[in-house]
Amino acid sequence: MTDADELRTAVRDFLAEHDPGGDRLEFLRARFDAGLAWVNYPVGLGGRDAPRALQPVVDAEFAAAGAPDNAPSRNGIGLGMAAPTILRFGTDEQRARYLRPLWTGEEVWCQLFSEPGAGSDLAALATRAVRDSDDWIVEGQKVWTSFAHRAQWAILVARSDPDAPKHKGLTYFVCDMTDPNVDVRPLRQITGEAEFNEVFLNGVRIPDSQRLGEVGQGWQVAMGTLMNERVAIGGGSAGRESGMIGVLAEQWRAHPEARTPGAHDRLLRLWVEAEATRLTGQRLRQQLALGTPGPEGSAVKLAFSRLNQEISGFEVELLGEEGLAYDDWTLRRPENVDFTGRGPGYRYLRAKGNSIEGGTSEVLRNVIAERVLGLPPEIRTDKDVPWKELPR
Amino acid sequence: MSADLLYTEVEEDLRAAVRRVLRDRCEIGSVLARCESGEPYDLALWRTLAGELGVAALAVPEESGGSGAGVRELAVVAEELGRAVAPVPFLGTVLATAALQAAEATEPIPGIAAGERVATVAVGLTTAPSAPLPSGVRAEGGKLTGSVTAVVDLEVADLVLVPATGPDGTGLHLVDTADPGVVRNPVTPLDLTRRFGTLELSGASGELIAADAEPVLRRALLTAAGVLAAEQVGLAQHCLDSTVDYVRTRHQFGRAIGSFQAVKHRLADLWSGVSTARATSRAAADALTREEPDGETELSVALAQAYCSDLAVLAAEESLQLHGGIGMTWEHPVHLYLGRAKSAQLTFGTADRHRARIAELAGLPA
Repeated sequence: MTDADELRTAVRDFLAEHDPGGDRLEFLRARFDAGLAWVNYPVGLGGRDAPRALQPVVDAEFAAAGAPDNAPSRNGIGLGMAAPTILRFGTDEQRARYLRPLWTGEEVWCQLFSEPGAGSDLAALATRAVRDSDDWIVEGQKVWTSFAHRAQWAILVARSDPDAPKHKGLTYFVCDMTDPNVDVRPLRQITGEAEFNEVFLNGVRIPDSQRLGEVGQGWQVAMGTLMNERVAIGGGSAGRESGMIGVLAEQWRAHPEARTPGAHDRLLRLWVEAEATRLTGQRLRQQLALGTPGPEGSAVKLAFSRLNQEISGFEVELLGEEGLAYDDWTLRRPENVDFTGRGPGYRYLRAKGNSIEGGTSEVLRNVIAERVLGLPPEIRTDKDVPWKELPR
Repeated sequence: MSADLLYTEVEEDLRAAVRRVLRDRCEIGSVLARCESGEPYDLALWRTLAGELGVAALAVPEESGGSGAGVRELAVVAEELGRAVAPVPFLGTVLATAALQAAEATEPIPGIAAGERVATVAVGLTTAPSAPLPSGVRAEGGKLTGSVTAVVDLEVADLVLVPATGPDGTGLHLVDTADPGVVRNPVTPLDLTRRFGTLELSGASGELIAADAEPVLRRALLTAAGVLAAEQVGLAQHCLDSTVDYVRTRHQFGRAIGSFQAVKHRLADLWSGVSTARATSRAAADALTREEPDGETELSVALAQAYCSDLAVLAAEESLQLHGGIGMTWEHPVHLYLGRAKSAQLTFGTADRHRARIAELAGLPA
């Protein structure tokens, strides 16, 4: 098995032959070809079958040499969700075609799952895929799609058999976002900006060679994708007072005139909750590093949603007249959600999404109750009913 | 260096050993029966835990007569004792061994470690690690006079460490409770499984073991408060587990009550709380073991207490509510857990006091 020292040597050998100050794209392509992109991936697909835990060794070596990185935040959906799904469910041709430009960032990916009528109940989705000889013709509307306006490719789940029960009639595709029948429109949010898009699929023709997994197995593939999303959450090791509580603590220190006994009590309760939640996330990462992830990620997400909302609401109250103002209502298209780079009003409004996106708090509590605590499942009236007969 | 928040294999082995003994010797029905008897503490069980498993002096170095483990291991034992609401003089022992160690007074430790002698510290049980220390005892010519209230495990203690003020300041004295100048007045406790009482001294003999009691007692209180957080986690975990078992089998309205979303969501939230409490408790135990700079350790312990003491009460209260009517009966043990959790919430300072300390340590002034 590859160990850390072998990887360090491999990176140094690579750097001896490739100038980190040269052409960025050429450098990244060569790094991929040398198996030093994502070391846990197979040989020939950017990796060397090494443990995932060794990736930081490689990243640190490249960073120390001043080498360009692959700007992972620009292609978060591609790296976090599309790539592991393609690796697991794709054909050899699909892996060879998609993974290299995905990793280098030449091709950005997005994810076409949610629909106006299928949010938390994802398996209720209505976008249709109808077989037409070697192609599929896709018709429908997707929503909450980040990166859609910059994406080359999308992972897409569509309904291929309306006569089957809702989980069974789905199929998973790779969709070309530059197709003229794909219409991307910014979705403006309550903050004024548009992080996301609506995507209209107006009879988009997708070759069957761009199907991922078997016909009718789309739900299983999508679940694999969403598992990867959960692993991707919780990365990064933050210190004390990181995130929103740090912003609030600084406001408190800067505004002695705003302090009251009641506000002090609220501040300290939030500080304790935030620090306790940070430690829970740290504990989860330590479990992950040992290869034994616990279910605490759900607890951390629940707690962060509630905390971000309480903290941001409190901050607006604390600031008085400044809390009445808003920094900017113009329709922006941010690369990433940036809580700390904007004003308190923005934080207050954007935090409302934390208990909805990535699984609502209500759905998460059901997941914890059923999968962690083993309590009886919710009564499901839609389980074995053909999708076309379900009320919508 | 960031804290190790997981459990080591050695710690899990220790947990399994303690759990085995408690399963065989500390069944909840016998705890309930014992709490109204003339011997509310099970000292035979304590001798087994201390003498055979070495739980009494885990955090004491080997050269001082301990087992040379650390507060991390001690905390794992505390979790198990909390799960069982075990009626043993654990907290007094934690206080006393930490104080003796801080005072470099090793002589009494082997007897305590073996479970042959029980020791405690004469500081009120509600005293937070940073709060004013008791000043009710005077020392004159090696004789101690005065009283201290709410001394934990007092009625079974053979030795008491007493802070007493004399002409040269407040020293820490070792007092044998067999001394004719010692009177112990037990108080009927809310927590039937943990006892306390008032210590009255009238010219009792004391052996001075530390000229300055203050740093010794601060360290003992800090250690015990951190260990208590682990006990609270264990208690909360038991309340969660037993309630989940109950709602899966109890049927009302034609279905298991655990299938109702209102019940599921309360238990999911409680599970999240226990997970979070465990992380804070591990951080405190790790900081106490690694002896981080004082402020950092104190902040870790204050955080763990601010979180775990309220969470344990919530767990016991939710357990009672979700057990319905049976939870209100004497024969069902949930009241033992509620009594322990509510008392532990006050022990070594309420969450509010710990938050006030955090305000000082983290620079968040009122």
